[in-house]
Amino acid sequence: MSEHSTYQPGNGAEKWLDDRLPAVRFAKEHLMDFPTPKNLNYWWTFGAILVMCLVIQIVTGVVLAMHYTPQVDLAFDSVEHIRRNVNGGRVIQAVHSVGASMFFAAIYVHIFRGLYFGSYKAPREVLWMIGVLIFVTLMATAFMGYVLPWGQMSFWGATVITNIFSAIPIVGDPLLQLIRGGFAVDNATLNRFFSLHYLLPFIIAALVVLHIWALHVPGNNNPTGVEVKSSRDTVAFHPYYTMKDLFAAVVFLIPFAWFAFFAPDILGHPDNYIQANSQVTPAHIVPEWYLLPFYTILRAIDFNVLFINSKLGGVIAMFGSMIVLLILPWLDRSPVRSGNFRPMFRWFYWLFVINFIALGYLGAQPAEGIYVLIAKLCVAYYFAYFLVILPVLSRIEMPRPLPASISESVLGKAHS
Amino acid sequence: MIKTKTIFAALAVVGALLAVPAFAAEAESGGDHAVEIEKQNWTFGGIFGTYDEHQLQRGFQVFREVCSNCHSARLLAFRNLSEEGGPGFSEEQVKALAAEYQIADPTAEGGRRPGVAADTWPSPFASEQEARDANGGALPPDFSVLAKARGVTDPFPFWVFNYFTAYQEGGVDYIYNLLTGYHEQPPEGVELTPGRHYNEVYPSHQIAMAPPLQDGLVDYVEGEEGVSVPETLDQYARDVSAFLMWVAEPHLVSRKEAGFRVLLFLVLFAGLMWATKNRIWKGIEH
Amino acid sequence: MATQIEHQQTRRDFLYVATGAVGAVGVAAAAWPLINQLNPDASTLALATIEFSLDGIEEGQSVTILWRGLPVFVRHRTPEEIEAARSVSLAELKDPQTDEERTKEGHEEWLVMIANCTHLGCVPVGESGDFNGWFCPCHGSHYDTAGRVRRGPAPANLVVPPYEFLSDSLIQIG
Repeated sequence: MSEHSTYQPGNGAEKWLDDRLPAVRFAKEHLMDFPTPKNLNYWWTFGAILVMCLVIQIVTGVVLAMHYTPQVDLAFDSVEHIRRNVNGGRVIQAVHSVGASMFFAAIYVHIFRGLYFGSYKAPREVLWMIGVLIFVTLMATAFMGYVLPWGQMSFWGATVITNIFSAIPIVGDPLLQLIRGGFAVDNATLNRFFSLHYLLPFIIAALVVLHIWALHVPGNNNPTGVEVKSSRDTVAFHPYYTMKDLFAAVVFLIPFAWFAFFAPDILGHPDNYIQANSQVTPAHIVPEWYLLPFYTILRAIDFNVLFINSKLGGVIAMFGSMIVLLILPWLDRSPVRSGNFRPMFRWFYWLFVINFIALGYLGAQPAEGIYVLIAKLCVAYYFAYFLVILPVLSRIEMPRPLPASISESVLGKAHS
Repeated sequence: MIKTKTIFAALAVVGALLAVPAFAAEAESGGDHAVEIEKQNWTFGGIFGTYDEHQLQRGFQVFREVCSNCHSARLLAFRNLSEEGGPGFSEEQVKALAAEYQIADPTAEGGRRPGVAADTWPSPFASEQEARDANGGALPPDFSVLAKARGVTDPFPFWVFNYFTAYQEGGVDYIYNLLTGYHEQPPEGVELTPGRHYNEVYPSHQIAMAPPLQDGLVDYVEGEEGVSVPETLDQYARDVSAFLMWVAEPHLVSRKEAGFRVLLFLVLFAGLMWATKNRIWKGIEH
Repeated sequence: MATQIEHQQTRRDFLYVATGAVGAVGVAAAAWPLINQLNPDASTLALATIEFSLDGIEEGQSVTILWRGLPVFVRHRTPEEIEAARSVSLAELKDPQTDEERTKEGHEEWLVMIANCTHLGCVPVGESGDFNGWFCPCHGSHYDTAGRVRRGPAPANLVVPPYEFLSDSLIQIG
């Protein structure tokens, strides 16, 4: 929605700049005047919350990088040095590690909002796909970041996950050596993970810019899924949504601060306070909670299918689970966007949510006993949801009648 | 249309399938039979937790006289002992203490010199191999972050409650239980590997460390207020565990104090933002 | 009616101002630790003050020790060196300082100076140069037996760090 810009430079200096680099015009058009549906609920605040998370991680991360040493004999101690000696280091480090968890909590809410309200549907397919790309890049960033403290989980998590690349036929083993920079996870791996961990967040920032650009072409979706029809449906982004987003962000900071100041290690694993030891494998190798669902999918394929061995099968399933997200706009063809008007879809959606939480839980359990079967069922449902249920629903579902417009749907709801 | 009841039934089945194994197998997930870790009351637990200076001093004495003969604490600096939020020794005391130890220093004559406050606790052994040789092949773990390198796993739903109580004392609960969890004789049917001792909470139950504490082992230096505590194994275990928590988290007190102020600020600010947002949105149908 | 609107406006403005002010305080409180972490950390500050024993340093001997990452000369001067330093008139000096100002009363035989030439930081060579003190080979600065610059591009005398005698044979620097 690149409307005709109404920005008028206030003084000579502003006009001079506007003629050369219309940054102020751009900011006003996209961050202040941008017409936004007036019925957005709080699930829509998580985009701004995510930007805040990215900024927090980059700022604390750059600070940590001033004191961290990416060398296998020194890394663990350098992180402790930050906690013990650097001014404010204990809190800065805690904010960064808790921040990673909060980042994922927010991104899962953001993604599930998109899944429920059909934000991935035309004409927002590219917006959605950029989002999936951001999500995958975030996972890579977090994975590499977790290796840096060089604890037992850092090392063994790196070993297990880099190992999956050896599953690829023919090029697997050379590829594994290429990624690790050696025959095992060692100093070469740590150094390059540090470099890439510093780089990737800026790639994410660039993707976020594209993400918002792609959003501003069609404009925001809204809880009814009915497109904006006139200016009666919208309000200016500033001050309505700037202040609402800011409020939500402050509320978000409350559990963030709770964890960072009072329970900084509760989301982590005690074994990561043991220095990495290539001779001793921890009893249970567990990734951080936010990677658990995908870890479950990877582990669940413990059987061979034709010429594909179980290890490769797991890798295909894990990457497949992300690809299926990418192609979602072409799987769900229902012309109705919002789950609010899709009664059948709602049941399967909430089952998907429960299923995803179950996948997370299972990832932390040993791959034994009844967990093995349940994991397979949950993985099956994950894929069935995208590949079978949504396409079928598109055809057979009888949606509820949609409101004529956004403003009609909120009639009589003025708060005085 | 699928009946609502059917959906609920399906969900209930899924929920049960998850919950039952969770309850039954939670103990198993520790990797062995159900280990009962009795949680203790620690002065530093919870959002208002602080260290008890006297307890830290006693714990330090236990560490120094008993544990440091085998265990290193390479990230503990002598100067930490006089810093705020810790045992509260004076700088003079710390200087005198440090001077009692010989520190390896390649620039010093003979390669060793008396310690200063800036030095870190010297290891009792010159190398890992020496440490193993002196301890039947087992390596006594370093104490620097040991209290954070151990933990307890609670079954559902108790681990959820831990998030709300900000439970971070799993490590010291484990350590206390371990120190007080030795059995004179192993239970029926358990054969002890030579050189090992039966311990209730150690994962394999056979620990290489001999029971390090016993009643009356350490003659506690009397504190300033003349507060005296029983010189029992239980007390030593409590005090040295608290000391280990401080070694692992020396800034715990200032962190929690800052956290309280930050949370108060955020709640206040959220309230103001809430009012601001409502004022701005007044009159808009949404 | 107008008063009511005015009242509302004042109350609304007060709310916005209050929120903005509280927000600004929050931002400042969050920003300060991020700046302060650049300051020297506790382990560096712990080495800001060191004690050094003068035992075993004979007359005419110099040792170089490390303090705050900098080399420091500690010289046990001979009576001749002290005499030579004290007989120089201030008018001859680029950076006028008496020998007394550069030593501690009762311990005039001890000279403690940061071993960086005040020109561009090289470590001068002891017992050399035209004034029997130090000579900096980098750009030819000469220092006398009190470490004062006598010739060459160096603008100032070798810096005497803050130090004191804890006893006759023990000094504390920093």
